[in-house]
Amino acid sequence: MVDILIPAIITIITASTPLVYAALGEMITEKSGVLNLGVEGMMLMGAVIGFIAVTQTSSVMLGILAAMLAGAGMSLIFAMLVLGLQATQVATGLALTIFGIGLSALVGQGLVGVAYEGIPKLPIPLLSDIPFIGPILFKHDILVYGSFVITVLVSWFLRKTRAGLILRAVGDSHDAAHAIGYPVIKIRCLAILFGGAMAGIAGGYLSLSYSPLWIENMSAGRGWIALALVVFATWRPGRVFFGAYLFGGITILQLHAQAMGAGVPSQVMSMLPYLATIMVLVLISRDQKKIKMNSPACIGQPFHPSS
Amino acid sequence: MTKTNSPNPDSLLKLQDMTRSYPGLLANDQVNLTLNKGEIHALLGENGAGKSTLVKMIYGVLKPDSGQIFWQGKRIAINSPAAARELGIAMVFQHFSLFDSLTVLENIVLGLEAHEAGNNLEERIIEISEKYGLPLEPSRLVYSLSVGERQRIEIIRCLLQNPGLLIMDEPTSVLTPQEVETLFETLRRLCDEGMSILYISHKLDEIKALCRQATILRHGRVVASVRVQDETTNSLAAKMIGEDLGTVKMTSAHPPGELRFVVNKLDYPATDQLSVSLRQVSLEVRGGEILGIAGVAGNGQDELLGVLNGEVQTRPSSAIRIDNKDCAHQGPDQRRNLGLASIPSERLGHGAVPGLTLNENTLLTAHERMGLVRMGLIDFQKSEEFGCKIIRDFDVRCHGVEAEAGSLSGGNLQKFIVGREINQKPSVLVVSQPTWGVDAGAAQAIRVALRELADSGTAIVVISQDLDELIEISDRLAAICSGVLSRALPTAEVTLEQIGLMMSGVETLDNEASE
Repeated sequence: MVDILIPAIITIITASTPLVYAALGEMITEKSGVLNLGVEGMMLMGAVIGFIAVTQTSSVMLGILAAMLAGAGMSLIFAMLVLGLQATQVATGLALTIFGIGLSALVGQGLVGVAYEGIPKLPIPLLSDIPFIGPILFKHDILVYGSFVITVLVSWFLRKTRAGLILRAVGDSHDAAHAIGYPVIKIRCLAILFGGAMAGIAGGYLSLSYSPLWIENMSAGRGWIALALVVFATWRPGRVFFGAYLFGGITILQLHAQAMGAGVPSQVMSMLPYLATIMVLVLISRDQKKIKMNSPACIGQPFHPSS
Repeated sequence: MTKTNSPNPDSLLKLQDMTRSYPGLLANDQVNLTLNKGEIHALLGENGAGKSTLVKMIYGVLKPDSGQIFWQGKRIAINSPAAARELGIAMVFQHFSLFDSLTVLENIVLGLEAHEAGNNLEERIIEISEKYGLPLEPSRLVYSLSVGERQRIEIIRCLLQNPGLLIMDEPTSVLTPQEVETLFETLRRLCDEGMSILYISHKLDEIKALCRQATILRHGRVVASVRVQDETTNSLAAKMIGEDLGTVKMTSAHPPGELRFVVNKLDYPATDQLSVSLRQVSLEVRGGEILGIAGVAGNGQDELLGVLNGEVQTRPSSAIRIDNKDCAHQGPDQRRNLGLASIPSERLGHGAVPGLTLNENTLLTAHERMGLVRMGLIDFQKSEEFGCKIIRDFDVRCHGVEAEAGSLSGGNLQKFIVGREINQKPSVLVVSQPTWGVDAGAAQAIRVALRELADSGTAIVVISQDLDELIEISDRLAAICSGVLSRALPTAEVTLEQIGLMMSGVETLDNEASE
C-alpha cells in the first residue's frame, strides 16, 4: 500500500506546485487591484525560455532565472499597456495569453524532442531518511521547496509587513491611496512584475521538472486554473495553496482511478478536479464579511491620477 | 523673487499669487492668503470657486503654475503630500481617503510615514481620542463605521503627526448638529494649543461660529479677506455669491390638500450587512405639502428612497398608496404612471446615465407621462422640445440637449434632473439629497422650484442631510435613524435640538408632547 501511496503523493505535489506559483503570483497582482488574464501566456514563455536556458547553459539556476525573467518580461508588456496606456485589463490579459501561446511555439520550434533529464532532486540530509514523511516532503527539487517557502512568505508579507498593507490598500481604493500619497502606478507595476515572475517559474517548473521537455502549449490550461483558484480562495494565500493541492490531488487520484478501471466514464472523472475544487472552495469561503475584507475592491478598474 | 512683502513673523503660511489652470478653466488666479499661528481661518466659496484647487496645492497634491508659498517666513516648494506632512501640514479631505476593508488601525498606519508609526501606535491613538473627545475603536473595520466615526479616523491620523496646520475640507457636511458641536469643541481646543486650522466651507453659520479670519474666493479669485466678526452672514453670502439669492417663499397658510401619498407601517429587511432594515415606517403627505426627512447618512435613507420609488417592491401592496391606489408591489415604471416621480441622491449612474445625452436621459423617465414614445417608436422632436424646455426653465448651462449628461457640472446636471421630474407635473415627488454638492446658486434655484411645485398641489417628500435646507422648505419634519422614521412635527414648532434628538433616535418627543 505504502509503495503506491508515496509515489502517488509525490506526483500530487509535483502536479500542484506550478499552480501554487502561478496562483500566488496572480493573487499578489490582483491584491493590488489589477486583473491579469495573461497567466497562461506568461507560463508558456517561462517554460520555453527556461528550457532553452537550461539546455544551452546546463545551469539549473540560470534556467530558473530565465523562466522568471521571461514571465516578468511578458508581464512588463502588460503593465505598460494597462498602467501606462490605460488599456482595458481584461482584453489586454487575453491578448497576452494568445500572444504567449504563439510566441512560445515560435521560439520553441527547434526544441521539440530535445531531451533534458530534469533539475536534480535535493534530498535534505537526515530529514529525508524519516520513513514515509521523508520521501514525501524532503526529497524534492528546489522549486518544490521554494513553493512552500513562497506561500509562507506571501502570507507573511500581506499580513505583517507595511509594504503588504500598502499593497492591500492600493487594491482596496486606488483613489484613497493616491490621495494619501502612495505611488499607485509604481506599486501596481511591481505587483504585476511579481505575478509575471511567479507565472514564469510555474512554467519553468513544467518544462524543467514536471515533464522535462518542451512541447507547444504544454501548460494545458493551468494558467486559467490558477486564475480561478485565486478567486475561489477569496484572495487568501493559505486557501490558494490548499486549493492548488486539492486540484492537483484530485487530478492525480482520478488518473489513478481511471487506470485502475473505475466504472465511471473518463469524461466525468476528468471533470472531477474542477468540480470538487470549485465546490469546496466556494463552501469554505462563503463568509460575506471575510470576502469583503479580502477581495480587492477596485480590481480591474483603470486608475487615472486626477492631478 | 520680490522682497517687497516681508513675511509677517506671526504668519505660518503665506500664499502669494498662486495660479493654476486646467484646460479651459482658470481655477486659481493670483490667489493670496495669509494664515497666522493659532488661528482658525475660513476659506469660503461656492462649489467651483477654486477652494479645492488651492488647498490641493498647499497639500502638494497639485503643482501651481506660478506663485509662491512661504512657510514660517521661508519660501518653499511643496511637491508631494509627503513633503507637506514633513512640514507639518495635515489635511482632512471631504472625501475620506479610507480603505473599507482595512481596520481603523491599519488605515491610520497607512496615513503615516513608516518611522512615525512606531510600536505603541494603538496606545497613542487611544490617548489622542480620549484627549480630544474622538472615541474610536482601533480594531474595527472601516466599512462598519458611521461617517462621523470615519471622519474621526482622518482627524486622528492628522493629529498623530503633530501638525502646525490642519486643513479641513467641508468637514460638517455629513454630521448631525450634535456631532458638529463636538467637532467644533475639538477644533477650538486644538487652536488653543497653537495649531492653525484652515477651514473650508460654504456654510456661513459655521464660519461665524468658529473662524476669526475668512478669505473668500469666487471664480478662482480672492474677492475679499475679512475679519469674520465684522461681517454678518448676509454680507458674507453676498461676497461669496456676488449676487442676491432668491428666497423660498413659504406661503403662510396652505389650504390642506387631499391626502396623496400614504405609507403605512412598512417593513423592509436589510438585504446584506451593509444596508439598513426599515422598520414600521409610516408617513402621510398631503397635496401642497413638503415633508422633510432628516438623518445622518447611512441610517436607511437609500433604502427608504428605493422602497418609495419602487426600485424595491414590498408587501402588502397597501403599505404604500398614491392617490388612494395601492402600489407597494409595483415597480418604478408602474408607480410613475400613478404619478410618482423620484430624484435619487446619486446623479451619475442613478439619476442619469452619464454616457447618454440629455435628450436620451429625458426619455428614460418621461417617456410615458409626456407621451414621448408612440407605438414603441421615439418621438425625438417632442422629446427634444421637452428637453429644451427643461434647460430653459431651470437655467441649465450646457451645449443643448445633445450634451452628454456626464459632461455637465454637478449643479447643472442636478438642475436638469430636478427639472425633468418637476416638468412632468407629478402628483407625488420623492427627492433624496436634492442639493448635494451643488453650488449655492443652483441649490437655491432647486429649493425654490420644489416649493413652487408643492404650491401647485404636489405632495413632496425630501430626504436630506442638510438641516438648514429642510427647515427652509419643509412644512413638516421627521428624522430617520437606524431605519426607524420618527413622527413628523410641524417645522415652525420644532427646535434644532429636538431635530438633533430625533436624528439620533432618542424618543423624548412623546414625553414632551404629553406634558
